[in-house]
Amino acid sequence: MENAFGQPQNVVVLGGSSDIARAITKKLCAARTHTVVLAGRNQTLLDVAAAEAQEYGATKTDTVLFDATDVADAARTVGDAFDKVGEHVDLVVVAVGLLGDQRAIEDDASAVSEMMNVNFTWPVVALAEIRRRLVAQGSGRILVISSVASVRVRRTMYLYGGAKAGLDRLCQGLADSLEGTGVRLQLLRPGVVRSRMTQGQSPVPFTTGVNEVAENVMRGLGSGERVIWSPPVLRYVFAILRHLPAPLWRKVTADR
Amino acid sequence: MSRATLAGWGRTNPSVASLTTPRSEDEVRAQLESGTSVIARGLGRSYGDAAQLSGGLVLSNLGLRDVGAIDDHGVVTLGAGVSVDDLLRASIPQRWFIPVTPGTRQVTIGGAVAADVHGKNHHRDGSFANHVREMHLVTPSGAFRVTPHDDPDLFWATVGGMGLTGVVTSVTLQLLAIESDQVLVDTERFARLDQVMAAMVERDHLYRYSVAWVDCMTRGARMGRAILTRGNHARAEDLDAVDLKAPGDARLGVSFDAPSGLLNALSVRVFNELWFRSAPALREGEPQSLSTFFHPLDGVRDWNRLYGKRGFVQYQFCVPDAASDTIGDVVSRLSSSGVASFLAVLKRFGPGNASPLSFPMPGWTLALDVPVGASALAGVLDDLDDLVVRAGGRVYLAKDARLAPERLGMMYPRLEEFLEVKRRVDPENQMTSDLARRLQLVGK
Repeated sequence: MENAFGQPQNVVVLGGSSDIARAITKKLCAARTHTVVLAGRNQTLLDVAAAEAQEYGATKTDTVLFDATDVADAARTVGDAFDKVGEHVDLVVVAVGLLGDQRAIEDDASAVSEMMNVNFTWPVVALAEIRRRLVAQGSGRILVISSVASVRVRRTMYLYGGAKAGLDRLCQGLADSLEGTGVRLQLLRPGVVRSRMTQGQSPVPFTTGVNEVAENVMRGLGSGERVIWSPPVLRYVFAILRHLPAPLWRKVTADR
Repeated sequence: MSRATLAGWGRTNPSVASLTTPRSEDEVRAQLESGTSVIARGLGRSYGDAAQLSGGLVLSNLGLRDVGAIDDHGVVTLGAGVSVDDLLRASIPQRWFIPVTPGTRQVTIGGAVAADVHGKNHHRDGSFANHVREMHLVTPSGAFRVTPHDDPDLFWATVGGMGLTGVVTSVTLQLLAIESDQVLVDTERFARLDQVMAAMVERDHLYRYSVAWVDCMTRGARMGRAILTRGNHARAEDLDAVDLKAPGDARLGVSFDAPSGLLNALSVRVFNELWFRSAPALREGEPQSLSTFFHPLDGVRDWNRLYGKRGFVQYQFCVPDAASDTIGDVVSRLSSSGVASFLAVLKRFGPGNASPLSFPMPGWTLALDVPVGASALAGVLDDLDDLVVRAGGRVYLAKDARLAPERLGMMYPRLEEFLEVKRRVDPENQMTSDLARRLQLVGK
């Protein structure tokens, strides 16, 4: 069960070997988390993340392998992860995503389709199964990692940003639908984070490290706010950016 | 049966369960036969997650509200869902008072048993269970009449047992004879914590009731300044005219959630300052009504909503006399961390009772309310737990919403005795709660 500060004991992380997910898992384990089931596509990386969770205080860890391009497998993945926890699941982190190299794939229909599956369809199908299980439990939390890229989609990454925008908006409706069920959904909208995913990108303002993101997540779980921005100032930055006139927006996002 | 979102008085971690209100012991028994996980719930005044059960079955005891006749010796049998308020409305006009009352009348007798509640007279009269003669308990392995003599293990595991041995359906209680509805109160103000503690050690034995309000926010020379109020029931000869009025209804209510953050370090500091300025340096023999003296917060309905949607936690711990320094350590830790805490309540405890999970132990207890919101709070309270464990003390489960499970056994060293009795009457661990799961008290 989670405590008064939103600190969970039993956690499932989908996309558990990503840098942001690992940073969040570490902070959770340092607080109250003792059982962690990590799902991802690479067993070696998952094992590293699981060992790290134990180092930070988890007493029971397990892993589940999945491929986020295989949409039909999403519900099975969620089911396996819940079964491996074996008791009440307090928090499910959905950290599945792929940035991709847009210029290399935007003319390739099958690559675009894959991009949509990983960033949108697979997470949505997984969320359907997560929702069903948590509502039956009578309590629990879902943290979905969106992105500030979803707030206003930019030309150099419209595939990633567009898919995240779909996920982000869908989750807002899903969160509302969960009122009164004891289950809560929160969105995390990080800005650019220094991680494996963003290696080689040109630097932008308000870039943070993964630990800062994880710290903002811990605070957000405590306060229960619907959308957790990281860093928090981006809430105000994007309140302005989303209303920039289109020509100006195109100009400032021409090469980023 | 309906689906309901249930939370404790602190409103921090709600969960959804099936809720139903059995009207008799037989109906309680029938509900337990369903085999699903069960916990009983009264008026929801435990602060944390003790009376809720995510995805399970919650049995409201509010269908069991029979108040029996009070016999010549002040013995009365009450349905578990009778509130202290219900009881006092019936008993005060007949010159009987409840032997132990918590700070609110809005608790049920069943809840008072489950939490083994204490009052301002613990140093003298012990906790609630000390005055219970008999109770009826429905467990997964059958219904029992339990007394301290017939099955002492089950009796003492059930009092303070947080509802985890079964569902209490009725309680037979020894009441306290009174001659009036007034308490004669002495009030003293102290500039420092050590002064008020010395005064309590020296003279608490002269009073049936004693409690101090301590400021945990002021730093420096006035750290831990306090107001001590002590009193005894007024006898007929102390008063010009004897009245025996039952308590009235709350005159005020909070009908909406205040914005989270209304009660912050600044506003609480201002409140504490005003409170202290309004108290007299010394006033003796002031007659106060029973309600004013025992249940001041009952004047405002739903006052917990002042803390906003995020809610609040109450941290209450006790430490043995030998570790009385811990009280000062905690107050100084709180005042230096800038946590917004209202005046904390400081009391002396007398001897504990035979219950393995009952909270009180001879020494001191301090309780304080803090709004959830400050991101440092979780860690500050974990640090306080360490101080309390080192001192050989414990936190009160009826208030808890955040204790780490590994500290439970350190605070309650007789936990295994409790679990042994539980295994006897509830081998499948059907009786459980969100609190029991969070503290890994009884498996899943």
